[in-house]
Amino acid sequence: MRSIVPVLTVVAAIIGLWYAAVIPMNIKEALMQAERAGAEVTPASARDRRDAAALGLVMQNSFAIGATFDQDRPRLPAPHQVMAELWDTTIDKRITSRRSLVFHAWVTLSATSLGFAIGTGLGILLAVGIVHSRVMDLSVMPWAIVSQTIPIIAIAPMIIVVLYSIGVQGLLPKAIISAYLSFFPVVVGMVKGLRSPDAMQLDLLRTYSATKTQSFFKLRLPASMPYLFASLKIGIAASLVGAIVGELPTGAQSGLGARMLTGSYYGQTIQIWSALFAAAIVAAALVGLIGLIQRLTLRRMGVTA
Amino acid sequence: MTVINAQSLDLTFQTADGPIQALKDVNLQINQGDFVSFIGPSGCGKTTFLRVIAALEHPTGGTVTVNGMTPDQARQARAYGYVFQAAGLYPWRTIGGNIRLPLEIMGYPKSEQADRMKNVLQLVDLEGFERKYPWQLSGGMQQRASIARALAFDADILLMDEPFGALDEIVRDHLNEQLLALWARTGKTIGFVTHSISEAVYLSTKIVVMSPRPGRITDVIESPLPKDRPLDIRDTPEFAALAHRVREGLRAGHSYD
Ligand SMILES: Nc1ncnc2c1ncn2[C@@H]1O[C@H](COP(=O)(O)OP(=O)(O)OP(=O)(O)O)[C@@H](O)[C@H]1O
Ligand SMILES: [Mg+2]
Repeated sequence: MRSIVPVLTVVAAIIGLWYAAVIPMNIKEALMQAERAGAEVTPASARDRRDAAALGLVMQNSFAIGATFDQDRPRLPAPHQVMAELWDTTIDKRITSRRSLVFHAWVTLSATSLGFAIGTGLGILLAVGIVHSRVMDLSVMPWAIVSQTIPIIAIAPMIIVVLYSIGVQGLLPKAIISAYLSFFPVVVGMVKGLRSPDAMQLDLLRTYSATKTQSFFKLRLPASMPYLFASLKIGIAASLVGAIVGELPTGAQSGLGARMLTGSYYGQTIQIWSALFAAAIVAAALVGLIGLIQRLTLRRMGVTA
Repeated sequence: MTVINAQSLDLTFQTADGPIQALKDVNLQINQGDFVSFIGPSGCGKTTFLRVIAALEHPTGGTVTVNGMTPDQARQARAYGYVFQAAGLYPWRTIGGNIRLPLEIMGYPKSEQADRMKNVLQLVDLEGFERKYPWQLSGGMQQRASIARALAFDADILLMDEPFGALDEIVRDHLNEQLLALWARTGKTIGFVTHSISEAVYLSTKIVVMSPRPGRITDVIESPLPKDRPLDIRDTPEFAALAHRVREGLRAGHSYD
């Protein structure tokens, strides 16, 4: 309860700022429409208005402020417009409909989940290899780092084109881009976690003549869990970004990325923003889900109270 | 019967700053049922010597045998349990689970694991705590649990590196008493590193005084105290005389640096 007040305060502040920003962003369009409807607008010439400062226009034409919140194709949609669109495309549409955001979110979510699974699996495997083999430590880690310095936006189209040319399309290419982004935090966190037991802990196992496999399952793996979960939270968010980016270059018909893209083709800013919000909501839900699994797992392991 | 036998043992660590001679010409016999304390200033090689016996370090010269075998063979034969300065219990395992750890690794059947766990918990006075997690126990109880873990697979030799070093004096007194009782009941051979003169004198049948640079043994004192030792034996003249001799030994080792 105590944490809800600061959170709501911040939300209120953001919404306030947002509404405030909507006015100058949309004032020129609003004045254009007002003029067409026969209203008196200062300055009267559209040319003069184009070069005028937005804030000045707002001062001179305060009658048009109301209209800035209600544009069809606003430069910046007002919060209530985005909410209405979100409501309309989630609750009011059948989820099988192409106009339903739930449908698009589901498409993106499946690519995200598959990519996250691949990325996590790959990340854990690489981490195990890196911790146990000096050769892998020296050879894999630098490449893993290099892979993340290449902008995903540059690599995504290549992956899609290459996979398309060998006949792979649909979910998998998006999942691979998503895995490409999510394996890295898992490798880094898992390597750190598997190496977290100190020398004394390892010596103790040596006094039992434990094998490498036993040390791994009895000590390294459980010790790495808190690190793994921290990485998974970053990884799942990265997976979602990957899946959305993977939808952009294909001109895909469905998915949140596709919604954003078609929105920008047709100047449907409200659609872009609502897709953006849907993505944020999905991301928050996924991170929350990982957090829940983390709490349950760590509690079952007895690590936390 | 000699259990541990070190003959002109040398150990030099190669470090970035050049070689460090941690042990030089160490000769020591430890007999079955001895309680041997190692005392000396920091850096004199007490830990290193214990680790050599446990095959965690390998000497660069001389020989050690444990039960007539090399330390590595002795480890395979489960000849010793090792207690570190920190309890080092796994936070994700209960006390019972921690004690079962070596038993699982060594492949004891489930039912025997449970029996042994119950037994050693009794030995260290922690009955009823097997389902608790380490963070629910005090430091002294955690250290007792770690001793129970070292006892679980019934090794004849118990090697302890400052096991009570991090505890306050009252708890330490209590644990010392318990350790003596445990030693009397089990007849194990114990190697015990400490910084405390009174702890060494109170516990030991044999006190090994060491000095640094290079780490070596300067005196080996056979204790004339009886095996049965109430805490107030520390107020007797015999005890004081023994403590005095240890202190002299420590001072002699220190004199030229
Ligand atoms: N792994 C190692 N590598 C290099 N030098 C080491 C290593 N272990 C110990 N030494 C050095 O060997 C010497 C003896 O160390 P050791 O830990 O045995 O001393 P100690 O008597 O146990 O000291 P303390 O009472 O502080 O625990 C020290 O000079 C130490 O710096
Ligand atoms: Mg030491």
